[in-house]
Amino acid sequence: MKQKAKFAVLAASLAVSAAVASTAALAQAEEQFFPVLVYRTGPYAPNGVPFANGYVDYLKLVNARDAGINGIKIAFEECETGYATDRGVECYERLKGKGPTGATAFHTLSTGITFAVTDKTFADKIPIITAGYGRADSVDGTVFGWNFPLGGTYWGAADMLIQHIGKKEGGLDRLKGKKIALVYHDSPYGKEPIALLQERAKMHDYELLLLPVTHPGVEQKATWLQIRQQRPDYVFLWGWGVMNSTSIKEAVATGYPREKMYGVWWSGAEPDVTPAGEGAKGYNALVFLAPAGRGAVHKDVLRYVYDKGQGAGKKEDVGEVLYNRGMTAAMMTVEAVKRAQIKYGKKPLRGEQVRWGLENLHIDPAAIKKLGFDGFMTPVSTSCLDHEGGSVSYIHAWNGKKWVVQAGSYKPDMSIIKPMIRASAEKYAAEKKIAKRDCAKEQ
Amino acid sequence: MFYRENGQFKSSYASDQQMLPILQDRVFMLGLLAFAFLVVPFVAGDYLFLSILIPFLILTLAAIGLNLLVGYCGQISIGHAAFMAVGAYAAYNLALRLPQLNFLVVLVLAGLIAAAAGMLFGIPSLRIKGLYLAVATLAAQFFMDWLFARVKWFTNYAHSGSVSTAPVELFGWKIDTPVEKYLFLLGVLVAFTLIAKNLVRCQIGREWMAMRDMDVAAEVIGIRPVYAKLTAFAVSSFYCGVAGALWGFVHLGSWEPLAFSLNLSLNLLFMIIIGGMGSLLGSYFGAAFIVILPILLNQVPQWLGVPISTAMTSHLEFMIFGALIVFFLIVEPHGLARLWAIGKEKLRLWPFPH
Amino acid sequence: MKKNGPAYLLGAALLVGLIAPLASGASPAGFYVEVLLGGLMTGVLYSLVALGFALIFKASGVFNFAQGAMVLFAALAVARMAEAVPLWAAIVLAMAIMIVLAWLIERLVLRPLVNQEGVALLMATLGVAYFLDGFGQAVWGSGIYEINLGIAKEPVMILEGVFQGGILVNKDDFVATIVAAALVAGLALFFQKTPTGRALRAVADDHQAAQSIGIPLNRVWVIVWSVAGIVALVAGVIWGTKLGVQFSISQVALKALPVVILGGFTSIPGAIVGGLIIGVGEKLAEVFLGPVLVKAFDLAGGGIENWFAYGLALLFLLVRPEGLFGEKHIDRV
Repeated sequence: MKQKAKFAVLAASLAVSAAVASTAALAQAEEQFFPVLVYRTGPYAPNGVPFANGYVDYLKLVNARDAGINGIKIAFEECETGYATDRGVECYERLKGKGPTGATAFHTLSTGITFAVTDKTFADKIPIITAGYGRADSVDGTVFGWNFPLGGTYWGAADMLIQHIGKKEGGLDRLKGKKIALVYHDSPYGKEPIALLQERAKMHDYELLLLPVTHPGVEQKATWLQIRQQRPDYVFLWGWGVMNSTSIKEAVATGYPREKMYGVWWSGAEPDVTPAGEGAKGYNALVFLAPAGRGAVHKDVLRYVYDKGQGAGKKEDVGEVLYNRGMTAAMMTVEAVKRAQIKYGKKPLRGEQVRWGLENLHIDPAAIKKLGFDGFMTPVSTSCLDHEGGSVSYIHAWNGKKWVVQAGSYKPDMSIIKPMIRASAEKYAAEKKIAKRDCAKEQ
Repeated sequence: MFYRENGQFKSSYASDQQMLPILQDRVFMLGLLAFAFLVVPFVAGDYLFLSILIPFLILTLAAIGLNLLVGYCGQISIGHAAFMAVGAYAAYNLALRLPQLNFLVVLVLAGLIAAAAGMLFGIPSLRIKGLYLAVATLAAQFFMDWLFARVKWFTNYAHSGSVSTAPVELFGWKIDTPVEKYLFLLGVLVAFTLIAKNLVRCQIGREWMAMRDMDVAAEVIGIRPVYAKLTAFAVSSFYCGVAGALWGFVHLGSWEPLAFSLNLSLNLLFMIIIGGMGSLLGSYFGAAFIVILPILLNQVPQWLGVPISTAMTSHLEFMIFGALIVFFLIVEPHGLARLWAIGKEKLRLWPFPH
Repeated sequence: MKKNGPAYLLGAALLVGLIAPLASGASPAGFYVEVLLGGLMTGVLYSLVALGFALIFKASGVFNFAQGAMVLFAALAVARMAEAVPLWAAIVLAMAIMIVLAWLIERLVLRPLVNQEGVALLMATLGVAYFLDGFGQAVWGSGIYEINLGIAKEPVMILEGVFQGGILVNKDDFVATIVAAALVAGLALFFQKTPTGRALRAVADDHQAAQSIGIPLNRVWVIVWSVAGIVALVAGVIWGTKLGVQFSISQVALKALPVVILGGFTSIPGAIVGGLIIGVGEKLAEVFLGPVLVKAFDLAGGGIENWFAYGLALLFLLVRPEGLFGEKHIDRV
C-alpha cells in the first residue's frame, strides 16, 4: 500500500510539472502591464516593503482617480525577488511578456539584478528604470540604451556628500588631511561610489577608508572597532536593509558621533533609524526626489485608495521616506507612458515605445505641481544621450522623531563625473561588443 | 510484458558489460535523446528554455559532480558552490586574458583549476570525516566568497565587483539564442554524463564506493585512501567547475560573488539527496525537482485563484520547500531514483502483480 | 596524554597571534583590550547558539541545522508578543511555544527518521530550518523588531586611570555574559543533579543501554529539544537586544558551527570555550590582521572574519580531529 502512495505522489508531481511548461495566454483587455519587482521578505524587507507599497498605491491611484493613463487601465503584478539576483532574473523572464504589449518597464530595485538583466534588455527591448541606483555609467544612453537611472546615480550621490562636508569644513580645500570612512554593503550597490570617492580623494587629498560589510550586514562589530581605532572625521554609510540600523546601533555602542555620519539616500529612512531609538539622533542622510511628509498627492492617495480599503500598507506609513520614493518611481513611469502616448497614440504601448517616452521625459516644476508632487519631486528632463535627466539633492537629519530637511541643495559636479561615465561606458561596450546608438539618427 | 530480457542473449563480454544491456532500455534512451535534441527545440517557448531547461541542465551537471563525491565516495561537502565559483572566475579570466582560446578549451582548463582547488580543500578529508568534514567544507565556501570579492585581479579590477561576459562563440557559431544555448548545454551534459557513468563503472568508481561503505576495511585490502578521496574531490570539483563556468557564461552572462553563495551549495545537496545519492539518474531527478519547485509554488496560488500577497507566497514557498524535504526524506530516503528503480521492477512483472 | 606535536605548534602559533598586536606596539593597550572584550562578547553570543547544537547532538546524535532558525523564531515570538503583553509574560509564552515546537519536531521529523544515516538527519533539520524561516516570517512578519530589556545602550568609559583614554564597554554585553554564565551553570546543575539530567546523559552515552534500563527514549528526546529550544530562546533574546530581531539572525547563527567543531560536538564546556576562542580570534584577526593583508595584497577591503572562524576550526580539526573537549571516535572494521 505504501508503494502505491509513493507512486501516486510521483505521478502527481510529474503531471503538475508538465503543466508548468504551458504558459497560458489569457485574453487581454486593453491594459498597460506594469511588472512590480519587490522584496517583502528576507533581510531587505524592512526597506523593500514601504517602497513597494508606495509604488503600488500610486498605480492604484491612477486607476481610481484618473481611470488609468488616458483611459488605458494599469494592470500590475508583484513578483518577490528577495533581493536575490537569480530570482530577479526569473521574475524578469516570467513577467516580460505579460499583458497585451508586454511589460512597460522594470524597476529592479537592486543594483545586482540590474547588472544581470541589462544584457537581456537589448534583445527584449524593455526599459529598466533604476531611479537612484543601478549602474552609474548607464547615464550614457548611447551604450546603455535601455537603462534609465532617473534622477540620480551613486557617483552623483557620493559627489554631493563630498560637496556637503566640504561646505561644512569651510571649503573643499579644507578636506586635505581629513579621513573619510565608507561603510558599504559588500555588493555592486555598495561598491559603486568607491570610484568617485577615490577620484575626489586624489583631487582634495583626503584619506579614504574602505570598510565592506558582508550581506546581510548584521555583524559589524569589527567594522566599528576599526572605526574607533582610526577615528575618521566622517563616516559615509552605503547600506541597505538590516545593515543600516545595525550600523547606527554599532555607532552608538562604540561612541561614534552620529552627527558625523552621512547616509546615501538608501540609508536614510525610518526603518533605519527607529530601531536605534534615541541613539540615532543627529544622523544625516541624502534625500532622493522626495523627503518625508505628506502633500497634495498623498491626500488623493488617502481619499481614492485608503478610504476604499485598497491601501497596500498601513495608513500611518503613508508619507514615509521610502513610501514617497516608491510613489515618485511609479509617477515617472506613468508620465513616460503618457509622453509616449502623445507620439504613438492612446493605446497599450510596447517597451520600445515606452523607451521613447522615457527619453523625452520633461517633468518641470509646473508639471510637478499639477501632479500634486510639489515639494516631493525634483525636476527631471531626459534625452537620448542623458538617461539621468538631472540630479538635485539635499540633506535631512533625524531629530529623534522625524526627518528634518536641512538648508542648501547640491548638484553633482558633472565635470568630474562625465569623463568617468564615458570611460566606463566605453569599457562596457568593448567588453560586450555592443554597437553604440546614434542619437541624432534615431530622433 | 514489454520490459523483458527474453531472447536477448549476449555472445561477447563486451556486449554483456555494456551500459544498457537490455534492448528496451537502449531504445528508451535513444528515444529520449532524440526527443531532447530534435523535438524540444521546436516545441518549447523562451521562458521554458531560459528559466527551466537551461538552469536544469547546468545544475544537473553540478549535481552529478557532487553526487560523485557524496553519493559514490561518501565524503560530505556543504560548500561545493565554491568550486563552481572557481570554475566561473577561472573561465572568465582565461577568456579575458587569452581570447584566442577555444571556449571548450577554456571550459576544460577552468575545470582543471577547479579540480586543483577541490584537491586542496579535500586534504582535510584524509583526517576527518562525516559531519566534521561537512562543516570543514564550509570553510571552502566562505573562503572563496571572500577571495573573489576581495582580490581585485579576479574581477579585472571592476569597481563594482561584478563581471560581464560576451556571449559564447564556438567555431564561429555564436550561442546567444535560448535554443542554441539549450542545444550546446545538452551536448555538454550528455558527454559528461557518459564520462561519469564510465568512471563509476570502472576501478576508480569501485574504489570510491569501497571508501564510502567501509573505509577502514577498504584500506585493509589495499585501496589507498589518499588516492581515492583526492581523486573523488578532484573529479567532483572538475564537474562543478565546468558547471560553474557554464552557469556564469551561458545562464547569467553577468555575475557577482554572491551568485555562488551557500544557498547554491545547499541546493546542490538537496538535489542529490532528493534525487538519490549514488545514482546519476538521481542527479537529473533532483535537479529537475529543485528547479521546478519554486516556480511551481509561486504559480499555484494564481492557478487556484486564491489571492495571496507576494510576501505570503514567498513564505509559503519556504515552508512547503522545507516540509517537502522532510517528507521526501521520511517517505523515500533513497530518493526519486529509487522510486524509478522500483517502477522499472514493477514494469518487468507487468501485467502480473508478482 | 600522548604528545601531540602539531597541536602544541598550533597552540603556540595562536598564542603568538593573540599577543602580537600588543607586543608589536601596533595599537594602544586600551584599544587592544576593547577589541579583546568585543571578541569575548561576540564569543558569548556564539556560545549560546552552540550550546543548543551541542545539547541536541549529545543526546540524540542529530546535528541540528535548524538551531539558527529556532533562535530567530524564539526571538521573533518574544519581540512581537512583547508589543501586546509585558516582557516577562512574552518570555514565558515564548518558552511554551518552543516546547510545543520541540515536541512537534520530535514527533513529525525525528521519530520517522530514527535509523537513518547522519546526512539524512542533517538534511531533515535543514528542511525544518527552511520551514521555520518561512513560518516565522509568515506569522511574525519581516520587519526589524525590538526587544527592550531596559538596558541603556550608551557605552560607558571605565578604567580611565589604567589605560590611556579608558576602555569603552557596553552594559548589555555585561548582561549577556551574566545571563550566559547563569544558563551554563543552570544546565550543569540540571545534568548533574536531577534524575532527568542523568537520564539525558545516559541516552547520550548509549541509546540502547539506556532503553534497556527503562529510560523512555522518545520522551528524553522531547526534553532535550525543549531544553535546546529554551537555550535558543535565551540566545534569541540576547542577540535580539543587541542587534534587533530580523530574519537575517538565523544566518549569523551559522557561525556557531565552527564553534562546535572547535569544542567538540558533544561537549558543553567545549561550546563555551570554543565560542570564546572563535570570537576573540575573529575580532583580533579582523581588526589587526585585516589591514596588514589589505596593504600587502592590495585587497578590496578586509572581511577576513567571514572565513577566519572556519579556517581556525579546520586547523584545529587537522591536529585534533575530535575537537578540544570531544570524545575520540574509534572505528571498528
